[in-house]
Amino acid sequence: MSDNTEYLEILSGKADGIEIVPTPPGEPSAMVDKNNIRETLDHCRYDRDLGFNMLVDMFAIDYNGEEPRFEIVYILRSQKTNARIVVKTRCGDEGIETVSDLWPAANFLEREIYDMYGLPFANHPDLRRIYNPDDFEGYPLRKEFPLEGKDFDKRFVVDLEKA
Amino acid sequence: MGVENNVLVSTVDWLINWSRKNSLFPVTFGLACCALEMMVASSAEYDIARFGAEVFRPSPRQSDLMIVAGTLTKKMAPIVRRIYEQMPNPKWVIAYGACASSGGIFRSYSVVQGVDQIIPVDVYIPGCPPRPEALLKGIMELQKKIQKETIKDRPLISLPGKSA
Repeated sequence: MSDNTEYLEILSGKADGIEIVPTPPGEPSAMVDKNNIRETLDHCRYDRDLGFNMLVDMFAIDYNGEEPRFEIVYILRSQKTNARIVVKTRCGDEGIETVSDLWPAANFLEREIYDMYGLPFANHPDLRRIYNPDDFEGYPLRKEFPLEGKDFDKRFVVDLEKA
Repeated sequence: MGVENNVLVSTVDWLINWSRKNSLFPVTFGLACCALEMMVASSAEYDIARFGAEVFRPSPRQSDLMIVAGTLTKKMAPIVRRIYEQMPNPKWVIAYGACASSGGIFRSYSVVQGVDQIIPVDVYIPGCPPRPEALLKGIMELQKKIQKETIKDRPLISLPGKSA
């Protein structure tokens, strides 16, 4: 596995509230305060010595019972240096700001997180459900959501006028 | 008293059913992994053409048969229903595979537990996925079923929109 600590150290010198945390068994990652995440990711994207121009993946984790409850993880890659870093932040039900203007790939990924966890992304251009039907109730990947869902075996009614 | 109750249609029925059952054109349509087995059924190895069902029509307007092959999610359900409504009568439906028949392994909020909840199904084919031979057997069973029908139930000429 490639060593990315040099990039994490460059990054932690550019903005406040960045902590480099070990993430066993993989590479270390940067845990960023929620208020600084937008500024940090802007540095990741546009600074000459970082230049992470590709958002590989972005997802959320529900740590039910902890505070703040959700962790949002960004996996970034630079196609120039082939480096890869992981940036994380924690947030509650209020959600965080979008990064879809930094990486267009974040548009659908943030919609997926909104669909599955109900976290709103501020300033997102088109925040609506992506996998589930628009009138779906509940957020399936939250821990309180029942495994099979509510009324999953009830007869499914299709309304072509509405669809 | 209408004429239709005073005419014996048995021989006409036989002829019409014979022509219907030997030219079942399926709509080109697949949802998941079962669709791959359906495609194999149209290859030279299994040769669905022996039953007159080899022409996968690119438009539902030209199709007689809908093979629902794969997992039907609730997001996809209105689209499947719309394709079915676009097919002209007479039309038949085969639920191909465990997911299409009953939801299969997906006891889940996102999956319709059987396509018969949204469209009428004539033949169910079990399996996960069923082999292409199973589809051929299903088409043969559908042909037997069609042979027993009467044009009183399925009119000779009808327009799409009204479900038969």
